[in-house]
Amino acid sequence: MSAQVEVLEVLAAPGAGCVTLDARGRSYRELNRTLRSLATRRGVSRISVTNVLGQRYIGTNLRGEIEVRLYGTPGNDLGAFMDGPVIYVYGNAQDGVGNTMNSGKIVVYGNAGDIAAMSMRGGKIFVKGNVGSRSAIHMKECGEKKPLLVVGGTAHDFFGEYMAGGTAILLGLSLGPGEYHKANFIGTGMHGGEIFIRGRVDPSQLGAAVKISEPAGDDMRRIADAVGEFAELFGYDAGEIMHEEFLKLSPKSLRPFAELYHAGSRDSLQLG
Amino acid sequence: MKSYLLPQFAVHRDDDRCIRCKVCVSQCSFGVHAYDDEDDEIRSNEGACVGCQRCATLCPTGALVIRRHPHEFRPNANWSEEMLLDVKRKAETGAVTITGMGNDKPHRVYWDHLLLNASQVTNPSIDPLREPMELRTFLGRKPDGLLFKDGRLITDIPPQVMIETPIIFSAMSYGAISYQAQLAFMQAAQELGTLCNTGEGGWPMDFRRFGRNVIVQCASGRFGVDPDYLNQAAIVEIKIGQGAKPGIGGHLPGEKVTAAVAATRMIPEGTDALSPAPQHDIYSIEDLSMLIYALKEATNYEKPISVKIAAVHNAAAIASGMVRAGADIIAIDGFRGGTGAAPRVIRDNVGIPIELALAAIDERLRREGIRNRASILVAGGFRNSADIIKAIALGADAVYIGTAALVAMGCTLCQQCNTGKCAWGITAQDPYIAKRLNPDIATRRLVNLVRAWTLEIKEMLGGMGINSIESLRGNRLHLRGIGLQEWELEVLGVKGAGQ
Amino acid sequence: MKELDKITNPFGDDKVIANCGLFGMMSTKGRRFSGQDAILAMANMHDRGNGLGGGFAAYGIYPEYADCYALHVMYESMTGKEQTEHFMRTTFDVVHNEEIPHRDPANSGVAPAPILWRYFVRVPKNVLKEISISRRGLDGGIKKESPRDGIRDDIDDIDDIGRIKEAIEDNREDIEDDYVVKQVMTINTGIADAYVFSSGKNMGVFKGVGYPEDIGNFFCLEEYNGYLWTAHGRFPTNTQAWWGGAHPFSLLDWTVVHNGEISSYGTNRAFLEMHGYYCCMHTDTEVIAYAVDLLARRHHLPMDIVAKVLAPPLWVSIDRMPEPERRLHTALRLTYPALLMNGPFTIIIARQGEMIGLRDRIQLRPLVAGIKDDMLYLSSEEAPIRVVCPDLDETWTVKGGEPIIGRLGGRVITGFEGFRGDSYEELPSTAVRGASGR
Repeated sequence: MSAQVEVLEVLAAPGAGCVTLDARGRSYRELNRTLRSLATRRGVSRISVTNVLGQRYIGTNLRGEIEVRLYGTPGNDLGAFMDGPVIYVYGNAQDGVGNTMNSGKIVVYGNAGDIAAMSMRGGKIFVKGNVGSRSAIHMKECGEKKPLLVVGGTAHDFFGEYMAGGTAILLGLSLGPGEYHKANFIGTGMHGGEIFIRGRVDPSQLGAAVKISEPAGDDMRRIADAVGEFAELFGYDAGEIMHEEFLKLSPKSLRPFAELYHAGSRDSLQLG
Repeated sequence: MKSYLLPQFAVHRDDDRCIRCKVCVSQCSFGVHAYDDEDDEIRSNEGACVGCQRCATLCPTGALVIRRHPHEFRPNANWSEEMLLDVKRKAETGAVTITGMGNDKPHRVYWDHLLLNASQVTNPSIDPLREPMELRTFLGRKPDGLLFKDGRLITDIPPQVMIETPIIFSAMSYGAISYQAQLAFMQAAQELGTLCNTGEGGWPMDFRRFGRNVIVQCASGRFGVDPDYLNQAAIVEIKIGQGAKPGIGGHLPGEKVTAAVAATRMIPEGTDALSPAPQHDIYSIEDLSMLIYALKEATNYEKPISVKIAAVHNAAAIASGMVRAGADIIAIDGFRGGTGAAPRVIRDNVGIPIELALAAIDERLRREGIRNRASILVAGGFRNSADIIKAIALGADAVYIGTAALVAMGCTLCQQCNTGKCAWGITAQDPYIAKRLNPDIATRRLVNLVRAWTLEIKEMLGGMGINSIESLRGNRLHLRGIGLQEWELEVLGVKGAGQ
Repeated sequence: MKELDKITNPFGDDKVIANCGLFGMMSTKGRRFSGQDAILAMANMHDRGNGLGGGFAAYGIYPEYADCYALHVMYESMTGKEQTEHFMRTTFDVVHNEEIPHRDPANSGVAPAPILWRYFVRVPKNVLKEISISRRGLDGGIKKESPRDGIRDDIDDIDDIGRIKEAIEDNREDIEDDYVVKQVMTINTGIADAYVFSSGKNMGVFKGVGYPEDIGNFFCLEEYNGYLWTAHGRFPTNTQAWWGGAHPFSLLDWTVVHNGEISSYGTNRAFLEMHGYYCCMHTDTEVIAYAVDLLARRHHLPMDIVAKVLAPPLWVSIDRMPEPERRLHTALRLTYPALLMNGPFTIIIARQGEMIGLRDRIQLRPLVAGIKDDMLYLSSEEAPIRVVCPDLDETWTVKGGEPIIGRLGGRVITGFEGFRGDSYEELPSTAVRGASGR
């Protein structure tokens, strides 16, 4: 194990359990191997990595309660399949943030690229800025596992496409006065989960499977919890964010495509 | 003279199940079933049965089974039963054998020898239910290019008709089909955002409200053609020929020319309605051009003009001439196309399959650099959505469906359209029989069929990684042949599977 | 005729499939800088390629021969070189020729290299005069009518062939360009062991088999100064390693780098073949380059319109547009349906003074843009931009179907510019009637 750690020079250990690495010029395999080795070392609870520039899969092979702070631009599939760690990105993230992530937390102090939170199964992702296309696509939930994506700005097309579970929140903080959210086909094929939107959307921007309503029941409490955490992370006034109205999008049907397929005998036909 | 013909079908009635409700008696328009009051029994005259299955379908207790008659002649590879019966029929009547629907001979169906492609790894398939899938199609002549001058588009776009699915209902005339059936086609075309074709038998006044969904025909009989007829439709089609009977005309017998049919065709009631074999103002290609421009003048150059021909041996060269003569749309009808009435010998022996004709025509127009100047409509035996999407990949803009649409309404291809006795009410003119076809239910069935096929087309397109049908049009790389010979692959312009 | 497609597509597949990483950078003020940054950026995206192809296009690198076509040629044999040079002497005025400077392939990490030579040529004046009189060559959408026995002559009146023809013949440069294209095609399809891989003015393509950073070093690109660089690292699946098969693909001063696989290839190709283009490379990139040439050079469409042909808005969006805009997009889609590039792609197209980035309309391949002062950056990922410019003013994920256009004169256009001003507003009425009731 120790031999692998030598691959990357540990710059400093500023406090108990804190380690700093320089990722400049390092391949993703080198970097991730080192991270894994450090994370499993007794007593290390936080790793800071400077000069991250395009290295993929950071956090993928990490498990358990470790905090990773990334300075720079991590590469694609940040936190893919991740189970447990907390990752802070001080910069923009690329495509595939939290792809099929199982648990843990990813905080991006910039924008994220396409397919953020794709097929996310659990945990939380907070993005201060905007996200690209097909974010929150096919997010899932099962029992206690209920993933959360909070986006401070806006999103590109197909946000929440065939979403099956979890909660995705768009805050629209990057939009100008009167400006509409950028995404079209929001929630197309949505058949589970919920999307909350703050800021203007035209019904034509929504997929056919989506039902629009006002938040009800404990919706506002859950939005407030998520916004509270978001505001604390990025230094916003939660009350100000909550001051504006939210729109709730949920699936019209849990089985939106049922009537489009049929295989049956004469007497099983439902004739209208 | 006693007839030597044997019954074609056998009627099996399970007497334990029969409740003597007499549905079969009232429903059979060919007079097969009769109720015997004295014996409280239903008897069946099998010699009259055409195998249309109307009685078996409606029998509430499932007491009836209609089968091919099991009688057998001595086997003979040259002289099949069909051949024997045809000779006997002619010997008894001295007449040309007339039949309905399309060629029923086992010629190779090329659709079944073409396989489609799908995306794997290097590009993603597209999910048709969640992501947009565009089937919108424009029929009409396309410009060679667009010109902008000082930031302004200065090209005039020739007239176009927009349809939301590349499936159109074929030409079937009022007279050949019932009023109810034609109404169903118009209502379905309107609901689907597509087109139906009146055929050459005129256009009833109370259907004129469907104008933007209607193609009217200008054929050799010129029935019901007046300036309103031309101007109220979306497209005007010059009918030169029909796949089921290339090169010959036809006539609607006087007994089918009821008062309403007569008014629509603008002929006297009870007279035979004659459709000459050629159009007598078109004896050559320049004459076709003259009629095309006459129709353009008559419609103020606001409608695409279509020209329909049967697929014959040199269809590619003819099609090229049609485009150069000014046709905005060319419609090609293959030899499996249906008909209300045609001589059997013509139906079964004249013309070529639509698959080969289409491939040859698309290729020819491309090589001549004029493919954009006309849309290609194809017809003639489209049985399912796979046939249709393969036609698009071979280069068609849209597909005419006739037989399939009739089947959706109830037709079982018993081939009796010409008799006027259609037990399903589709081709009947007798008001008592014709009213069995509820136009609203028939509309529903047509809409459902096209909706289901449209969804299937989207599934297949998505699988190929395509989200707009225009990207499959003429894209033969998405087709492979199987079980075909070299010359067939060459005509179709596709590689063999695995190549 | 030599069969170029056998070289580039040895297995006879429908087409050559390759995915990759892209990068482009441009000073909209025309400031020239070395190729070092483009090399560094591509090195960062090393993992997006597989070492079977890398290449660069650079603009503004030959100011001393700015009015000459710069032909970059690769030769597999000395015979090929002799034959080509003989051919060039009869077809061009060759102003200067030399070996393309490079390092030793063995020490550069690239595959064994062919002979690499460049020629600075002009179109001879007498040739030009002859062509003006009887114009030949690729016919750019102008169909020469075959004799039409007795068919009425007014067909053309309702087309715009005449007007397109006029617009093209007005343009003297087009005549020269067509001449050069024709000679290049003659060499590429007719002379064994010779392949012209760059033919524009004051620009050049440098490409080969290897990782892009190694190809860049091999060609000493750090010693060139250009105001616009694009680069490509390739991940082909079914082609043999051939230097000519690497990207960028170019035609005159057009260059295209491309990521993705286009499902509409067969349709695109059939349409381009109808317009006289011979698709010998069997790649999506080639098809895109020809499509851009047809639309922008021959049909004179502005680049933002070209982008809308390649990646048009969806009908659901068009149906919601205000009237003049809706009509324009309808006209584009019904006239050029066969040039819609369907399926996943990102492209960076460049020509003299202009760089265009475009993603497919449903955003299946990535494209990130960045701006710093007069610099516009385009890349498959953000990290490579950060490598060469850590402190960007702005960076964003590009939306599908919305071109990012950098132009000399300090302009960067994001999205569709057509309707920002008063242009394209007065459209002729189009007689489009919908069976759907629209």
